[in-house]
Amino acid sequence: MSAVPLLKVNDVSKFYGSRIGCRNASFELYPGEVLAIVGESGSGKTTLLSCLSTRLMPTSGIVEYHMRDGQYRDLARMAEAERRFLMRTDWGFVHQNPAEGLRMTVSAGANVGERLMAVGDRHYGNIRAAACDWLTRVEIDEDRIDDQPRAFSGGMRQRLQIARNLVTSPRLVFMDEPTGGLDVSVQARLLDLVRGLVHDLGLAAIIVTHDLAVARLLSHRMMVMKDGAVIEQGLTDRVLDDPREPYTQLLVSSILQV
Amino acid sequence: MATPLVVSEVAKSFTMHLRDGVRLPVVANVSFSVKAGECVVLGGPSGVGKSSILKMLYGNYGVDEGQILMEHDGRLVNLATAEPRTVLEVRRTTLGYVSQFLRVVPRVSALDIVAEPLQARGVAVEEGRERAAELLAKLNLPKELWGLPPATFSGGEQQRVNIARGFMTDHKILLLDEPTASLDAKNRAVVVEMIAEKKAQGTALIGIFHDEEVRDAVADRIIDVSEFSPRKQAA
Amino acid sequence: MNDLATYNFAYLDEQTKRMIRRAILKAIAIPGYQVPFASREMPMPYGWGTGGVQVTASILGPGDVLKVIDQGADDTTNAVSIRAFFQKVANVAVTTRTKEATIIQTRHRIPEETLKEGQTLVYQVPIPEPLRFLEPRETETRKMHALEEYGLMHVKLYEDIARNGHIATTYAYPVKVEGRYVMDPSPTPKFDNPKMHMSEALQLFGAGREKRIYAVPPYTEVVSLDFEDHPFEIQKFDKPCALCGAENVYLDEVVLDDKGGRMFVCSDTDHCEDRRAHGHAGHMLARPTPESQEAAE
Repeated sequence: MSAVPLLKVNDVSKFYGSRIGCRNASFELYPGEVLAIVGESGSGKTTLLSCLSTRLMPTSGIVEYHMRDGQYRDLARMAEAERRFLMRTDWGFVHQNPAEGLRMTVSAGANVGERLMAVGDRHYGNIRAAACDWLTRVEIDEDRIDDQPRAFSGGMRQRLQIARNLVTSPRLVFMDEPTGGLDVSVQARLLDLVRGLVHDLGLAAIIVTHDLAVARLLSHRMMVMKDGAVIEQGLTDRVLDDPREPYTQLLVSSILQV
Repeated sequence: MATPLVVSEVAKSFTMHLRDGVRLPVVANVSFSVKAGECVVLGGPSGVGKSSILKMLYGNYGVDEGQILMEHDGRLVNLATAEPRTVLEVRRTTLGYVSQFLRVVPRVSALDIVAEPLQARGVAVEEGRERAAELLAKLNLPKELWGLPPATFSGGEQQRVNIARGFMTDHKILLLDEPTASLDAKNRAVVVEMIAEKKAQGTALIGIFHDEEVRDAVADRIIDVSEFSPRKQAA
Repeated sequence: MNDLATYNFAYLDEQTKRMIRRAILKAIAIPGYQVPFASREMPMPYGWGTGGVQVTASILGPGDVLKVIDQGADDTTNAVSIRAFFQKVANVAVTTRTKEATIIQTRHRIPEETLKEGQTLVYQVPIPEPLRFLEPRETETRKMHALEEYGLMHVKLYEDIARNGHIATTYAYPVKVEGRYVMDPSPTPKFDNPKMHMSEALQLFGAGREKRIYAVPPYTEVVSLDFEDHPFEIQKFDKPCALCGAENVYLDEVVLDDKGGRMFVCSDTDHCEDRRAHGHAGHMLARPTPESQEAAE
């Protein structure tokens, strides 16, 4: 594992007026590390994710990212052009609802190819070959390349969204409830796929989920949030096998055993 | 002789917040060390905290006080206080664990599950699979099963996949949580033999074995965990 | 005469003209950039060239010679009405000859005759935003222009090739202006795109309903977007114009009967007439015969 963190989060808080979104979150994320943020709805996990991924500006605190040139940059102080470039090259964002992360009215191939075209790829054949390769990697038949995601099932859409994000070899991927709304067998397939990709590509990922099984399977580390604050964090095994905080114990004991 | 694992004055209790904050002391003042090439067996009646100690050693359980020192990559790491990423790094290269139950990963074949720890350390896929195949053959797992995900395997078959996975690597410290629980006599003998090989290679082993025959065959030393019972110490 | 006096010269009041001229100047200063302007109600429906008419009205002077074309033709409803409008409200000279015009207002064509310095071409634009069909949010498309994020434009072309095997966009084909802004050249056929490049004439674009003006100043680089392995190509026609025999011009299909009879003729009527006047003839051109002369009498 690399010795320097990819993302440094220092005392990040977000207030919506006088209401708390999240407060005083601090942590570091290293390359190849998968962090799960768990908690019930309204606990602030999505707000935190938005602050980290620059979709929201934190009210206070600093989020720094280790750029490819080796410099740390304060995300809030970056110019918008640079930030958006970062978001579509070195980062990925997988939405819970694939319709938010996909262009539903253009073909699967164009969905995957868009990021390549955005960074200046101007060779149709190469773009298409890359799209084919990525569709295969996310287990979508190559012959669906010209179909629109509208014609895809929920699980396929989600896999397409992942392919679309990974085509530029990002180093950091944010995922907001990536398996939410999928039925169990589809979920299992997606989880396994994500797990394999994260492992093979050495991706760092921050995954927001309310599903502890997802956190267990995908993450190395987890943070438990309640009322906007991180109440417990540590190795995923440790938090789930030996929860310390009352709320975490409640969460763990609420898992349905099959 | 090297001592890759030293446990010093470790204490552990659970606070059950869902039951009005009842505090359940588990173990206290746990101190022992394991030398390279030695197999130490944790003994004592069930419920005395054997598994808890093993889980603390692996980092699954937090530690209230004390130190768990392991020699990792030429330095000493205190697992009781280490950062999560350090724990993961130690697990990858120094600390192995054969649990009682296999955590089944959907859609991954038995062969790949066994080979995975090697791949995580950068060994080529094919080489990893070859070594995995050797071990599975040794443990008499029918060849037809190798390519299948173990979710539908019997308890004994899953256990053997699990053992193979744990024994794949040359971790300096290996934790064994009842690895022979659901095995027949023939395969138990194989495991005993494999443990002997590990010892010969200088691995430090700490295990829980309920099967007396196996225990006697592998143990260099038995630590009575009831010695670490907080109640007994208080008395 | 009394009712004429109620109009200011060229219909628009001077304040409005100034406002529009400021927008035009800004548009010229930033080639390809869509400048918002306070589009006025015009005495014609949206979609009939309200944007072009406002631009023309703002730049028109008493000495100008105006030509108006609709799909290349001087004699279709839209062209005739707008020409009549400016004759009435500005009393300017009008012409159908491309060479003689100082201002040419056009709907969906660029004349075949190469435009010269001093001429101004005013386009009527229905939807000025080239990114609109893929990105419905105006806030987002403006940001994309500002940050020069034009990947989406190629997504559209990619879709074309994926569906049809080639770039099937034949009109409103997106261009990059002076290496910066991606621009919709209005629904002209892509055949006309190369004419925009380094044109000696000033090109102004007005979108009345969408309230945008943009411009390509003279001698500006205008490049049609494409892929390395699917380069930009203009339409090619198998046959010359059936009336004047012109090649390498944009042709319209004219249906002759209900038995599948048809011919292809110049879309630019002035160009076609000019060639015929100079003795060029296509295979369908009716030559004066004794019978037809008799019939005419």
